[in-house]
Amino acid sequence: MTAEEQSLRHATAPDPYADERLTLSPFHARQAALNIREAWSEWNGYRFADYYYDVEYEYFCIRNTVGTYDISPMQKYHVEGPDAEAMLDRMVTRDVTKLKEGRVTYVCWCTDTGRMIDDGTIFRLGPEKFMLTCGSPSLAWLKKARFGFDNLTITDMTDNIAGLSVQGPCSCATLKAMGLDGIDQLKPFNIAYFDFAGSQLMVSRTGFTGDLGYELWVEPQLALQMWDALYAAGENYGIQPYGEAATNMARLEAGFIMPDMEFHEALKTVHLNHDQSPFELNLGWLVDFKKPHFNGRRALLEERERGPAYTLTKLDIEGNKVAEGSWIYADEGCSKHVGYVTSAMWSPAVKANIALAMIKTEHLKGELWAEIYYDKELRQYEKIARCTVADKPFWAPDRARATPPADA
Amino acid sequence: MSDYDSIIIGAGHNGLVCAAYLARAGQRVLVLEAAAEPGGLAATREFHPGFRVSVAHTLHHFSRKIVQELGLTKHGYQPGELMNTTGLSADGQHVSIKGNLVKGVSSADAEAFSEYQAMLQKFAAALEPFWMKTMPRIGKNSLKEMLTFAQVGLKLRLLGADDMREFFRVASLPIRDLMDENYDSDILKAVLSWDAVIGSTQAPRSPNNTVLSMLYRMTGESGGAHAIPAGGMAGLVNALAAAAESQGVELRYGSPVKSIAVEGDENGQRATGVVLGDGERLTAERVISATDPKRTFFDLLGARHLEIEFTNRIRRLRTDGQVAKLHLALSGLPNFSGVDQPDGRLIIAPQMDSLEFAWDDAKFGRLPEQPALEVLIPSLREPGLAPTGQHVLSAHVMYVPRSLEGGWTETAKAELQGKVMQTLAQYAPGIEDLVLHAELLTPQDLEEQWKVTGGHWHHTELAMDQMLMMRPTYEAAQHSTPIPGLFICGAGCHPGGGVMGGPGHNAAGEILR
Repeated sequence: MTAEEQSLRHATAPDPYADERLTLSPFHARQAALNIREAWSEWNGYRFADYYYDVEYEYFCIRNTVGTYDISPMQKYHVEGPDAEAMLDRMVTRDVTKLKEGRVTYVCWCTDTGRMIDDGTIFRLGPEKFMLTCGSPSLAWLKKARFGFDNLTITDMTDNIAGLSVQGPCSCATLKAMGLDGIDQLKPFNIAYFDFAGSQLMVSRTGFTGDLGYELWVEPQLALQMWDALYAAGENYGIQPYGEAATNMARLEAGFIMPDMEFHEALKTVHLNHDQSPFELNLGWLVDFKKPHFNGRRALLEERERGPAYTLTKLDIEGNKVAEGSWIYADEGCSKHVGYVTSAMWSPAVKANIALAMIKTEHLKGELWAEIYYDKELRQYEKIARCTVADKPFWAPDRARATPPADA
Repeated sequence: MSDYDSIIIGAGHNGLVCAAYLARAGQRVLVLEAAAEPGGLAATREFHPGFRVSVAHTLHHFSRKIVQELGLTKHGYQPGELMNTTGLSADGQHVSIKGNLVKGVSSADAEAFSEYQAMLQKFAAALEPFWMKTMPRIGKNSLKEMLTFAQVGLKLRLLGADDMREFFRVASLPIRDLMDENYDSDILKAVLSWDAVIGSTQAPRSPNNTVLSMLYRMTGESGGAHAIPAGGMAGLVNALAAAAESQGVELRYGSPVKSIAVEGDENGQRATGVVLGDGERLTAERVISATDPKRTFFDLLGARHLEIEFTNRIRRLRTDGQVAKLHLALSGLPNFSGVDQPDGRLIIAPQMDSLEFAWDDAKFGRLPEQPALEVLIPSLREPGLAPTGQHVLSAHVMYVPRSLEGGWTETAKAELQGKVMQTLAQYAPGIEDLVLHAELLTPQDLEEQWKVTGGHWHHTELAMDQMLMMRPTYEAAQHSTPIPGLFICGAGCHPGGGVMGGPGHNAAGEILR
């Protein structure tokens, strides 16, 4: 029963579960109409589409035309004030002081012991104004992290900003057709503002697909109006909403990490070392030791000297059997267990059997074999497949970085 | 080259002890003190023309090892004669304790007392190796650190199975339970409880190791008995300052530190010196703070230089003191009914529940209906503290909230002073007529005037979760801190507060290791 039906049924009685029900995204009315499979799941308390029509179809929209993905449930915090830069700079491993106004940067932040709490992006909206976005609620950590930085405010903007990711080779053309003049001049990780319906639309050239793409940020009251303008402009490009499942395919091809797949947030981890460090996640490039201080620096420095116990590795696996949940061995006889697969798929774009895996660092140079279990019409089979380490993301088309992008 | 090898912030007894040891080992040491004289809360100051007093007014476990190693006797330190402790009763049936003997109670209580004292002294002796040593780190232990544990384990084991079991039973007991098991006399119970709870934010019924705190105070040869050294508390403080200076330590008074200087580059951060209130910068190989953890890490260093979880652990330290101090300049010796010569410690807590009720008021931010007092007339022991024929009265007042409901207004202070005077007058009729001047110091006054967070005697609560290798918190429990070049040596370190000297001694040991 949907919330609408629920409210109809109890039109005269108050809903006893009102506080428990999922929040509806500002884009919900349009997305619900297009979710013809009723494939809903949940993200941060929002009702959220796993997929709308067909996962593969939505995936191909990202890779071949244009798709939209609702990022309203993503956590968004405004950090403002004279101390904002210093506070964020101390919290995250990257140098925030180098982030210019109108730019976005990918960051991660760690516990004192250098274990990763979460990753996200920081938008520099002004000299003293930032927006931090991340996958899980982080207010408690931000409140701890701000102690000692008196001149700033932290505001949870999650429910006050509607976010829509527009991704795919036709995304720029669609936005141009929508009337966002000059959008083609927006460089990766830059921010631009456009007049929209008497208000302002913020666009960043960011995304989670490894493809050409943008993220649109607008006040919730204008969300549906923006959706309608966008979908009218994208109609001829076959614009289509995509859900969590297609996102997961695209991000894996791009080599991006996903919480609860590649990493377990440190503050939610109970078992010793079941969380990860940036080095283990192959995010060492985010750790800037030129900074004299940031949270986890001492522990991360020690880890850099010692070398991470595991390293997140991109694997190209022979054959076409998906190595989901596979264990990785150093030998074909599977006698030496050296790691585990975190995400795996058959990549339609690359035509390869790909995976991300946590491999004990000392074994990276040697042979790697995946023990794959798969089923064929209810019968279980096992296969030992050779893995090759891939250094580059599986999917990184030039158009993702080209400015202006080629006309669609 | 740096101006100094070590700069120590604060010339309290721990700062001075640490300085003297470091200078003895050849370091160039500067001690910076905000006040005009050394001693911190143990400093003796004139509060009325001709009348002098110190906030901390007795000694009971100052380390004999430090006295010997720093040659304090040569510098004028003379431990005073041990004092009796008397529990005052409204009907004049006072309870008097001298050493392991008690008078004014039933013969059963008197007998139990001797046994009880002997047992506690045995336990205190077993814990002895813990106090003058740096606590081992959890997880990363050197052999030497493990030996500290082994030594205490062995000492406890040598108590014999029965005593060892009893030790583990009583160490974390609320003092109230231990009292009820042993005694009938309410006053005896209250008097003995006083030493378990004084200076802390705990009452006799509070769970959490009040007995352990008492054992800490019973460390040393006096077995917990108090004394005033020759020359008053200044006798010890001046000897420490003289010992430090004789080793070449430079002492600067009236020099408040504004901040600890931190430099940072691609090699990380490092404490490189201090900035004084007047803007002067001094450099050193290391900065050692004898002030409390919150003042050190937040006010002087700044949380932004620390890590987030560490910051949060310091932040949540319980640092609200609950002891006020009353100083009276008296025109003559007050007459405490039934007390021949009031030259010992007088405890006014006429029922076991007096302490508990006073605490109940204070914990909700109210003034105690009936404050409990430890009263001393130091001028009877040390005549120099008052003009001839006149006297100083020094009283610890429990429990008094750091944050009073409605704030510490002049009216609130007057009300508290009225209550304390009323209580005193019950036992020393006519005392109000002798008062030439009164000074009441609330925990907030102690915080502001002595620059100690919360006005807490021990800088941070002396309780199980903030003791031993948890004092003040891990990553700072071995005197080094997360900032290279910054060390701590005050009462917020193991073994803790009171005028004992352990933190200063142990810090110097760590730095010289």
